[in-house]
Amino acid sequence: MEFKLPLFPEQASSVAGQVDAFYLFLVLLTTFFSLLIALMIVFFIIKYRKRPDHKAEQIHGSTLLEIVWTAIPLGISMIIFVWGAVLYYHLQNPPKDALEIYGVGKQWMWKFQHPGGQREINTLHVPTGRPVKVTLISQDVIHDFFVPAFRIKTDVLPNRYMHTWFTPTREGNYHLFCSQYCGTNHSGMIGEVVVMKPEDYAEWLASGKAEGSMASMGEKLFQEFGCTTCHRPDAGARGPSLLGLYGRPVRLSDNRVVIADDNYIRESILNPNAKIVSGFQPIMPTFQGVVSEEGLIQITEYIKHLSQQDSEPLSNRSNPAVLRDTEVPTIQQELKGRGNEPAAPSGKKP
Amino acid sequence: MPAKHYLNDNYGIRSWLLTKDHKRIAILYLCTITFFFFLGGMFAALIRLELLTPEGDLFHSDTYNKLFTMHGVNMIFFFLIPSVPAVLGNFILPIMLGAKDLAFPKINLLSWYIFIVGAGFGLAALIGGGVDTGWTFYTPLSTGYVRTPVIVLAVGILIAGFASIFTGLNFIVTTHRMRAPGMTWGRLPLMVWANYAASLIMILGTPVIAITLILVALERGFHIGVFDPKLGGDPVLFQHMFWFYSHPAVYIMILPGMGVISEIVTCFSRKRVFGYTFIAFSSIAIAVFGFVVWAHHMFVAGISTYSALVFSLLSFAVAIPSAVKVFNWTATMYKGSVSLETPMLYALAFIGLFTIGGLTGLFLAALGTDIHIHDTYFVVAHFHYVMVGGMVTAYLGGIHFWWPKMTGKMYPEAPAKLAALITFIGFNLTFFPQFILGYLGMPRRYHAYPPEFQVLNVLSSAGASVLAVGFIMPLVYFLWSLKFGEAAGDNPWDAKGLEWQTTSPPPTHNFHEVPIVTEDPYNYGEEANVVH
Amino acid sequence: MEQQKGASTFGMWVFLLTELMMFGGLFASYLIYRLKFYAAWEAGSSSIDVHWGFINTLVLIGSSFTMAMAVWAAQKGDKNKQVMFLIGTMILGAAFLGIKGIEYKAKYDECHIPGHIIGKAFNASGGCMADGKVTGDIAKEFMEHQAEIHKPVPEAFAKQTADQTQIFFSFYFAMTGLHAFHMVIGLGLLGWLTLRASRGEFSGQYFTPVELGGLYWHFVDIVWIFLFPLLYLINRTHG
Repeated sequence: MEFKLPLFPEQASSVAGQVDAFYLFLVLLTTFFSLLIALMIVFFIIKYRKRPDHKAEQIHGSTLLEIVWTAIPLGISMIIFVWGAVLYYHLQNPPKDALEIYGVGKQWMWKFQHPGGQREINTLHVPTGRPVKVTLISQDVIHDFFVPAFRIKTDVLPNRYMHTWFTPTREGNYHLFCSQYCGTNHSGMIGEVVVMKPEDYAEWLASGKAEGSMASMGEKLFQEFGCTTCHRPDAGARGPSLLGLYGRPVRLSDNRVVIADDNYIRESILNPNAKIVSGFQPIMPTFQGVVSEEGLIQITEYIKHLSQQDSEPLSNRSNPAVLRDTEVPTIQQELKGRGNEPAAPSGKKP
Repeated sequence: MPAKHYLNDNYGIRSWLLTKDHKRIAILYLCTITFFFFLGGMFAALIRLELLTPEGDLFHSDTYNKLFTMHGVNMIFFFLIPSVPAVLGNFILPIMLGAKDLAFPKINLLSWYIFIVGAGFGLAALIGGGVDTGWTFYTPLSTGYVRTPVIVLAVGILIAGFASIFTGLNFIVTTHRMRAPGMTWGRLPLMVWANYAASLIMILGTPVIAITLILVALERGFHIGVFDPKLGGDPVLFQHMFWFYSHPAVYIMILPGMGVISEIVTCFSRKRVFGYTFIAFSSIAIAVFGFVVWAHHMFVAGISTYSALVFSLLSFAVAIPSAVKVFNWTATMYKGSVSLETPMLYALAFIGLFTIGGLTGLFLAALGTDIHIHDTYFVVAHFHYVMVGGMVTAYLGGIHFWWPKMTGKMYPEAPAKLAALITFIGFNLTFFPQFILGYLGMPRRYHAYPPEFQVLNVLSSAGASVLAVGFIMPLVYFLWSLKFGEAAGDNPWDAKGLEWQTTSPPPTHNFHEVPIVTEDPYNYGEEANVVH
Repeated sequence: MEQQKGASTFGMWVFLLTELMMFGGLFASYLIYRLKFYAAWEAGSSSIDVHWGFINTLVLIGSSFTMAMAVWAAQKGDKNKQVMFLIGTMILGAAFLGIKGIEYKAKYDECHIPGHIIGKAFNASGGCMADGKVTGDIAKEFMEHQAEIHKPVPEAFAKQTADQTQIFFSFYFAMTGLHAFHMVIGLGLLGWLTLRASRGEFSGQYFTPVELGGLYWHFVDIVWIFLFPLLYLINRTHG
């Protein structure tokens, strides 16, 4: 048996130190108050122990003391809350330029895909010094993606994407655990995050056999499933064009405005009639059961790719549903206009 | 001992199984839940045995998964939730109020039978192979991916829940309507306040777990799609509904224990309790706040950032009343006259261990750390500190305190003190290393783990064997005391409180004459130096 | 006695509060899914027979009236009237359950029972055979209805909506099922009360059990008053 008695996991991400500092503060606080109570108790049971000549003094209470020992814990709690909330906000919001990796969890393994198409099973190679955003989904039950060395964790759900992010700061191999009980081999659903220097990571990427980048595989699926039949940039197309769509606001037929993110794209493929783009008919069939989770991820990558390519302004109105920044209504305009306008017709009836 | 009392008033199995006497029903519950405590404890022993080595070499994974599920289910639903209310509360509450019995004695008996039926389903599930979904039954795992008798167990839990509802209903009505003359709300012992607050939670929260489990059973039986994402259902909805009850449930478990502590600390400090009103109202505050914090179990489960912020904030709020109680109990000992009989040892252990358990809850309420320690052994350590170090300790303290009243016999003090010490040491050795394990990253519900976690696991398992001894000892000496224990007398602790004004054991109708209450509770000190 | 009456009435109110929490959990989940699948909720609601639902509502309101009369008769000590009104309440309650049975059978025939364990597998978009006819085609009904109101939808949309009605029906059966279960228990209680009333046990001095039975029955009635519009009246523009 190894005789190691570690107290902290290694600090391998940019936030690990911050989380540990916060944790240490809480440990000190807990130790202080526990010792305070414990020592007071010991002191009282000795000093005020029962003796024949000694009578207890009947004290009702002290409102002042009650207020003090309510206010102080409340104040300390608020400090803890704010510190924790700030840290949490940082942990939940990946930077915009993060390296995007997709992961699929299933009983009882992890499958990862790098943007260049490289796949891994139960291992995840990442470079140091760059934020990495991992978008995850499950093929069956709820799992959880947990890397103690990075101090990050997220549940992995079967019906929508979740994401987490981290910036690795130290090379090494770190544990990846599934930490939401998922059945028989839950304790076996573990893996390794391999953090490498950026040069080594590039080399590793190049050496792997990728069948093409995720985006190119997504493009193949896009054509195979016949998406191009309707989703074209020309004016008579039956479906909205997807150029420049990803990450932009979209106006729906009920006048709501939503952001076209991963979950929106996934829902549009699996449950197309939940949200209809303004000016289009609800004719898209569902691909539930037809396309796999990996396929969905690849198609999403392809659609993201379309946005990056299409850097020209939208003045040619090839995609009227995607709003220019100036067209995104302010909150006040939204509230005023709500319920007053019918769905905008645009002569696109089949 | 008096010649005739509730135990020898009537003989025969029928007089017990058809009794309407709250005291006999309390004893019935005592026997039943003691069985489930040791059953759950046996599962715990097997778990700790497996975790001695990093490899999963003692049990097959499926077996291990069943062990921790059945450990959790038995301990929570068939031991902890009934423990103080159905045993100590049932026995002592009417007497504390100066009443002859609870408001609805027949419903009280019915509650025990309902509990037996529910627990029976639980045993059936065990015999049917055991369930392996975790006591939290998360979907879609529990509704579509396991082949174990989930429906049987879910039905058993929801039936046992009704037993809890009827107990709570009885307590509430009794407290409102059956107090002796002169017993105003401001003169109620804190044990009554605590059980009343817990009863509020019982009646409002338990129905929600009932309907949640019904939906799980329907989903599993008929594939109706309520929680199944492939049919449009939302597995996270299950978590919301489950935790809406299960979080307040932990307050059902701890509040009555806190009531016990209030009774013990005053008696063994010979002092009125410090801050009576604040302790009473903090019980109600805990009950109320307890209902609005459930999603702190779901910070990483997919709730929005804003929800997470709100629930985190409220979770800090719910900690404050508990802290107030701890300070008040400690202050009760100040300038008191403190003696360390066994009940007091358990009460002091409670205050210390509950403080640690409660403070570690702050780590979990704080969003920044929760991300890291959620679903790790840190959580396991936290809830065992409050449930075992808190609740079970309080329960044992209460059993020792009221044993002479319930049986007319004294337990032997020396072995009892020894057992208390052994339990305290064993408990800390078992669960303190788990805080460290959790921060290191060892996830919950793992039966095989990386080798670097072994030392801490071995310490924990070693502690568990000591803890087991500490728990078995009371079983032995309590049984011994029934035959060989000293006669207790009406008031061996010289305590205040209506229960001590009647005989040990009490007569069937509790009092020979209806008492009239003229004093405040905990009126220790005759020529009182009353300081306000 | 006064204390006991006060206590037991209070106890019944507390119990009804727990029942409210239980139905409340179910109603809350219903609302969440209704927001998510509104079209399917509309389509499903149109496919259950509002006539039967309405008749059942009248039946239950009538039964609450007879129950209230029974309490009044008990208070007056009029044994014959007590028994008469209690039996009347039971008859109306049984009628309610009978009609529910008719409705459930209709759903069974139309393949609208969720899952595939009871009867035929759930199928709301054509292909459910009963007596040589195709029934329960919600997809078709939905398409026709939308065409009528000049908001035509394509077949794919109608089919998907019809598939999603499975969750609607899950709630339909869960909610009305739980309600019916409570009604059956209520009938049992009423039978017991009738027996005691026929023995002349109730009078102006003591009619608490009848009053408490009344409270329970009224509660079950009120649950239905909420169930009916939530299930049967979702944007119905036709019968």
